Amino acid sequence: MRHPVRALAQIAQITLINLRSLPQRLGTSLVVVVGIAGVVGVLVSVLAMGEGFRHTLASTGRPGRVIMLRAGSDAELSSGVDRDQTTLLAALPAIARDGSGRPLASAELVVMVDLPRKGESHPNNVPFRGVQPGAFAIRDELRLVEGRAFRRGVREVIVGRKAAQQFAGLDVGSRIAFRDSDWTVVGTFATGGDVHESEIWADAEVAMSAFRRTGYQSMTATLADGSQAGLAALTAAIRRDPRLSINVLREPEYYAKQAGVLARLITVLGYTVAAFMAIGATFGALNCMYSAIASRQVEIATLRAIGFGGAPVVVSVMIEALLLALVGGAAGGALAYVYCDGASLSTLNFSTFSQVAFDFRVTPALLGQGLAWALLIGAAGGLLPAIRAARLPVTTALRAV
Amino acid sequence: MRYLPLLWAGLFRRKTRTILTLLSIVVAFLLFGMLQAVQTAFESGADAADAKRLLTTARYSIIEPLPMAHLKVIERVPGVVGVASADWFGAKYQNESNAFPVFAVDPARYLDMYPEFTIDPAQREAFAKTRTGAVAGQRLVDRYGWRIGQKLPIASEIHAKTDGSLNWEFDLVGVIDAEDPAIRGNTDVVLINVAHFDEARQLGRGKTGWYVERIAESEQAKAISSEIDRLFANSPDETKTAPEKEFAVGFAKQIGDIGAVVTRILIAVFFTILILTGNTMAQSIRERIPELAILKTLGFSDARVTALVVAEAVLLLALGGGLGMAAAAALLPAVNGSTGGRFPPLFVTETTWLAAAGLALLVALAIGLPPALRARRLRIVDALAGR
Repeated sequence: MRHPVRALAQIAQITLINLRSLPQRLGTSLVVVVGIAGVVGVLVSVLAMGEGFRHTLASTGRPGRVIMLRAGSDAELSSGVDRDQTTLLAALPAIARDGSGRPLASAELVVMVDLPRKGESHPNNVPFRGVQPGAFAIRDELRLVEGRAFRRGVREVIVGRKAAQQFAGLDVGSRIAFRDSDWTVVGTFATGGDVHESEIWADAEVAMSAFRRTGYQSMTATLADGSQAGLAALTAAIRRDPRLSINVLREPEYYAKQAGVLARLITVLGYTVAAFMAIGATFGALNCMYSAIASRQVEIATLRAIGFGGAPVVVSVMIEALLLALVGGAAGGALAYVYCDGASLSTLNFSTFSQVAFDFRVTPALLGQGLAWALLIGAAGGLLPAIRAARLPVTTALRAV
Repeated sequence: MRYLPLLWAGLFRRKTRTILTLLSIVVAFLLFGMLQAVQTAFESGADAADAKRLLTTARYSIIEPLPMAHLKVIERVPGVVGVASADWFGAKYQNESNAFPVFAVDPARYLDMYPEFTIDPAQREAFAKTRTGAVAGQRLVDRYGWRIGQKLPIASEIHAKTDGSLNWEFDLVGVIDAEDPAIRGNTDVVLINVAHFDEARQLGRGKTGWYVERIAESEQAKAISSEIDRLFANSPDETKTAPEKEFAVGFAKQIGDIGAVVTRILIAVFFTILILTGNTMAQSIRERIPELAILKTLGFSDARVTALVVAEAVLLLALGGGLGMAAAAALLPAVNGSTGGRFPPLFVTETTWLAAAGLALLVALAIGLPPALRARRLRIVDALAGR
């Protein structure tokens, strides 16, 4: 390239010609846009599902709080902590106290209750958590969004926001029957989109008698000292007491473990589908760019005959492909955002054997990723046809008329 | 059939274009085959279910235990051929929770319930006789490289031994397997002898997780289920009995929304492919208008020209769809290998092939009909004059 400035001018001119002739090739161009929009739309929504699930589990728990399970258990469902142990645990000095000196700890039991999804009849395992009064002081992210809290000693429940959305018969004021007990829904609570929003909460003592349990499954508590030293003090105190065979985990650590398998499944599914679709769409884009070039063979040859270089032709065709890809990517991202963002779904978490509800989360990072894929497909689909256009001998191309 | 060379020539008139179109169709059907396999895997429990098998669990929650004494009562219910109990062990292997399910069972009774499982008779005998014995599914044995005769150290998250320890050890005495890939997923389990387990555990002695019943006639399933539940009604341990299939379907339903998401992905994929190939097809026909006019001049009827164009689309989809599905069927064994048997076996069923064929036909008609109708309306004079 002897004159870089002239080359740039040529690129600009050819690109302008290309773009101005776009309306005449609206059909083929639209196809490229729609194809790429489809890929990006699917990619972003599938990844948004995985993102939402991770977000729900990652936002559950605070590092300053611990969950205590029976040694050897990794999940509440398989754990068991008896009454005496919870009393001993709550009395440990490593656990924080409230203003009036009561420990910030809550012994809890979790049972699965069967509830159908809205509009269906098949039962789903919905977690039903019996909590001690301390639960509300510990989990300060909990807000009642409707109704009131349950009274102690009465068969009343409050229901997580997502559980109320997904499952039938959980509106405030309605009555639900589990085992041989009738419960009244008195409130709906939100906890910032974490897993507790998929749960039903009741007073631990009432739940225990209704479900014929004799012990708890876990104890959640706030550390007096949230640092590593505070945790070590608690662990050491538990180890010193032969009556306690208890495993202590920071809440975020515990909930990250629960996410494991399902998060991996969703991510692998998302990327596999997106990769295959991208390959398919690249073929489609290639096709459309090829035919776009083919229909303009004479025009391009004419340009080259009157002195435009090969490189500017390649670059301008690439620019066109990338622009179309960008429009497609933006459209796909926008579609995913409009249709998916905030939509909620629920599924069975294999690790806890219970239903977990979560929202699609279309984040800016995901949209950026979608655009990057779109540009990649555009570049791959534009490059070969562009080179072909520049390589074709001018005389052959002109004779094609 | 005699038009095949003509169709072929028309299809490969522009090689690059057709090959690219074909490839995008291949990818779409590859995706269809694989996602359907995932869907089937979620629902495979229902397909593998035996209509002559019932399951009994605690009425209110499947994790509540039932007394082992129920067995003798259920056994006497008319129409019940055999009954076996099974209990959750809550396995933790090499520090991984729920690495695989472990059930504590009465060896002979339990294996009688599942005639579709294959096991060497000598190994079955050994399992029944060895109190600390265990048998494992072939896929698990392959995944962990176990050998028959070795000790299996498995921890329990639920059951402590009388000495308080959660670490159990069993002797691997046999391997179970199944011919049918849909059933093979059900053999991803370790069975241990309940005789030893119940004696050696600290808590929950004399209790079990659920019962499996085999009945003589599948038509009696409903009646026998309600009869069993009636026997325990109003006792502290009420039961819920249902055909195995109902449990499997319920489980698949619990996966719920993920299945719906997969379906929506497929719709988006095929919509995209439809637009891409439809456009290519239309363009290809546009370019060949003079050729079609010549065909009509030669005496081809309007109907025949229309049929030729549609047939071209069908051929394109048949090629692409067939190749895509074949690729899916060929790739899945490799996928199964790489998941290390952590996921149920994925495979392409006949139903999926049929669905793919139907889908291919539908797409072929959708992209073939518009240009075909255009070809039908073609007037020879105008077409040849390039008007």
